[in-house]
Amino acid sequence: MADFPWRPPPWRLEKRAAPSAAMRIAAPLIAAAAMLATGFAIFAFLGREPLTALYMFFVEPLNSLYGVGELLLKATPLALCGLGLALGFTANVWNIGAEGQLTLGAICGGGVALFWSSELGRLALPVILLAGIAGGAAWAAIPALLRTRFNTSEILVSLMLVYIAQLLLAYLLRGAWRDPDGFGFPQSKAFDERIILPLLFDGQRASIAFPLMLALAALSWFFSSRLFAGYRMLVSGQAPAAAAYAGFSERRNVWLALMISGGAAGLAGVCEVVGPIGRLQTDISPGYGFAAIIVAFVGRLHPAGIVLAALLMSLLYLGGESVQLGLQLPAAVTGLFQGILLFYLLAADLFVGFRLRLAPRAVTSSA
Amino acid sequence: MNERPLAPRLVLRGITKRYPTTLANDNVDLRVGVGEIHALMGENGAGKSTLMKIVYGVTRPDAGSIEWEGSTVGIHSPAEARRLGVGMVFQHFALFETLSVAENIALALDERSTPAALAPRIRAVAERYGLPVDPQRLVHSMSVGERQRVEIVRCLLQSPKLLIMDEPTSVLTPQAVLQLFGTLRRLAGEGMSILYISHKLDEIRALCDSATVLRAGRVSGTVRPREESNASLARLMVGSDLDDQPPQPRQPGEVRLELNGYSMVPRDPFGTALRQIDLDVRSGEIVGIAGVSGNGQKELLAALSGEMIGPHSGSISLCGRRIDHLGAAHRRAFGLGFVPEERLGRGAVPAMSLSENALLTGARAGMVRHGLVRHRVARASARATIAAFKVKCGSEQSAAERLSGGNLQKFIVGREIRLAPKVMLVAQPTWGVDVGAAQLIHQSLIGLRDGGSAVLVISEELDELFTICDRIAVLTAGRLSAPQPRSQLTIEAVGLLMAGATQEVAHG
Repeated sequence: MADFPWRPPPWRLEKRAAPSAAMRIAAPLIAAAAMLATGFAIFAFLGREPLTALYMFFVEPLNSLYGVGELLLKATPLALCGLGLALGFTANVWNIGAEGQLTLGAICGGGVALFWSSELGRLALPVILLAGIAGGAAWAAIPALLRTRFNTSEILVSLMLVYIAQLLLAYLLRGAWRDPDGFGFPQSKAFDERIILPLLFDGQRASIAFPLMLALAALSWFFSSRLFAGYRMLVSGQAPAAAAYAGFSERRNVWLALMISGGAAGLAGVCEVVGPIGRLQTDISPGYGFAAIIVAFVGRLHPAGIVLAALLMSLLYLGGESVQLGLQLPAAVTGLFQGILLFYLLAADLFVGFRLRLAPRAVTSSA
Repeated sequence: MNERPLAPRLVLRGITKRYPTTLANDNVDLRVGVGEIHALMGENGAGKSTLMKIVYGVTRPDAGSIEWEGSTVGIHSPAEARRLGVGMVFQHFALFETLSVAENIALALDERSTPAALAPRIRAVAERYGLPVDPQRLVHSMSVGERQRVEIVRCLLQSPKLLIMDEPTSVLTPQAVLQLFGTLRRLAGEGMSILYISHKLDEIRALCDSATVLRAGRVSGTVRPREESNASLARLMVGSDLDDQPPQPRQPGEVRLELNGYSMVPRDPFGTALRQIDLDVRSGEIVGIAGVSGNGQKELLAALSGEMIGPHSGSISLCGRRIDHLGAAHRRAFGLGFVPEERLGRGAVPAMSLSENALLTGARAGMVRHGLVRHRVARASARATIAAFKVKCGSEQSAAERLSGGNLQKFIVGREIRLAPKVMLVAQPTWGVDVGAAQLIHQSLIGLRDGGSAVLVISEELDELFTICDRIAVLTAGRLSAPQPRSQLTIEAVGLLMAGATQEVAHG
């Protein structure tokens, strides 16, 4: 209200008439390039030879078949979580707790693996995977129930449940499920060889979970572009009033979004424990469930984009480990690169929809 | 009737404003004298709002100059405009419902005063200009007409020399309009200039000394409205002649939609409760519901469409079947069609294409089979709607948000009509729609009626209801009057019913 001389800034953002479709696809690539340039500057600032560091970060991890296998191995849970989250995000349901659902998937699948694998015989592996999916979905059912019954925020509930899930896992592994011959480490017995996911090739660690993830990506594309159920979720996300007008149930939308994203995260969790880890232990994920949020957005919430973004994010993990070992940089460098990537992506997105213009000069001078 | 000193109050010369997709104002000249009531006319999208935003300092022109009382000025902000002496009453009021009149006005003034200090000044201005306003009253308890008075009083407290009124009568009863005109004439008589934005020809001819007509961003004429006919003014606005023929009455059939003693208390604390509503709409007739928004229109529509099912008593039946407990999807399945008043975001998903928007209500019309979307059927249906209703758009792949309001409304009305509803519910069918599109929408609703559908239209535009409806009822403060045949009603009688419960006392 005060009568101060307000001056507009000399620039302003102007909405573009028609955002270019090419730029929309190019934006993640531009963001990746800007991330590399910033990485160059950071390594130089830290006193490391930048080109060597970037080589060590982005190229060296892929120099061997084993390295490529690691890339696919880490991309799988990222993409699985990201695919499920993206479906929810397009439906305006914000599941932030994929990490917790992943943990519950590991607990449920791992529990079946520990106690019933011999009774189930040939069916053991499918049942274990289904148990993982059911565990993740059940964990996501809590925010779904609270939101549809009491209108709570699924963002907060799903996030807080992450820590409960992790504590539940730690509780089981320090008590009933601890390996009696494990020297007191908080971990379970190693699973039977017969229920470990088969490897893609020998000489590396990626399993058939990777092609399974690719199949689910295709299924997810089919769901959102061909099924009426997917269309309803899209409408609920973009225009809730239009969904109410058309008679699409909000309750069903929330449940479906959380069941799908929870189930996918649960599958990611169980595939880790019956895959590369081979047992239950307290640290089963370096934050895949959280990184998958970035994966979902870097991938434009589109299945193909999410698979590519998961591969990129996986490379950031591998590169981070590589420079930790080779250049004695702290582990935080992985998170740093993830953050820089997301920051540039958001900036690039803004300029897809808007352009920066200098404000025109006043048409006439004041009298 | 007014004195005319030499220097005009406001002169615009060659104002041009270009937006990325449109040329909103193209070399516009406008001149308002001292004590003159000047109309700015034009259809929706003709550039009236842009021009007024430029005068009020909200937007800056790309070219052209502004002269204020003989000297050239640049208006860079609304605060600067107010310092010059420009006051603006917006079409949509920005009042806080939970605050009192005095508190609202204290917040909006450039000077710092307490609500208590303002109260006597508000009373004085209100009394002087015949605008009864109680400074202590809470805004949520006021009718739309009373809220508009608050906005006018707020402007008058700053003693403006130019008062801009943006579509001021679109929310008023006929009696309140007359009262407003009295106030405006008195202000003009004291030397205030008034810029009156409207597209209502009768009002402009009754009130204004001169008029500037805009069409597609350009001035298509500067005229003395009293020397023109409605037809000649409409021609300047639209560029062609129009005829809106009254429909032939038709013999109505069986009752399709029936409300019996329907009462409902809304969840929204500022909503209007519906009280004991009785209504029947028959096959082959159009029933209109008149009334100023905020008298239960929103609640009645949500109750009929099934978007809001709360605690209620009484019943709603569709073709003899109780539906008041059913959701929107079920009611659609039983043959209810609905055109809501918000087009973008409710009637259509803004970022989706027209073909995807056809799918919004078309699942039962063959666009979905075994849970699979048949995009080809949806595209064909959208193309047919576009052709039949002359929707101007790139193609059925254009996003809904890229269409003008009128074209999107034609698409939504067409989409619902193609579903051959047994009962069609339409809210504000031609709100913000240009004259040509309005005529097409009216004709298609009459066509739907002639095909045997029951049509219920809720509108604030009395002219519209009198053009298309067979029977008309009035919704005031949540109560519905008994519908009467149009031939037995006059606009004045409906106006009195509208005013009945809102204390909009009629003064000439």
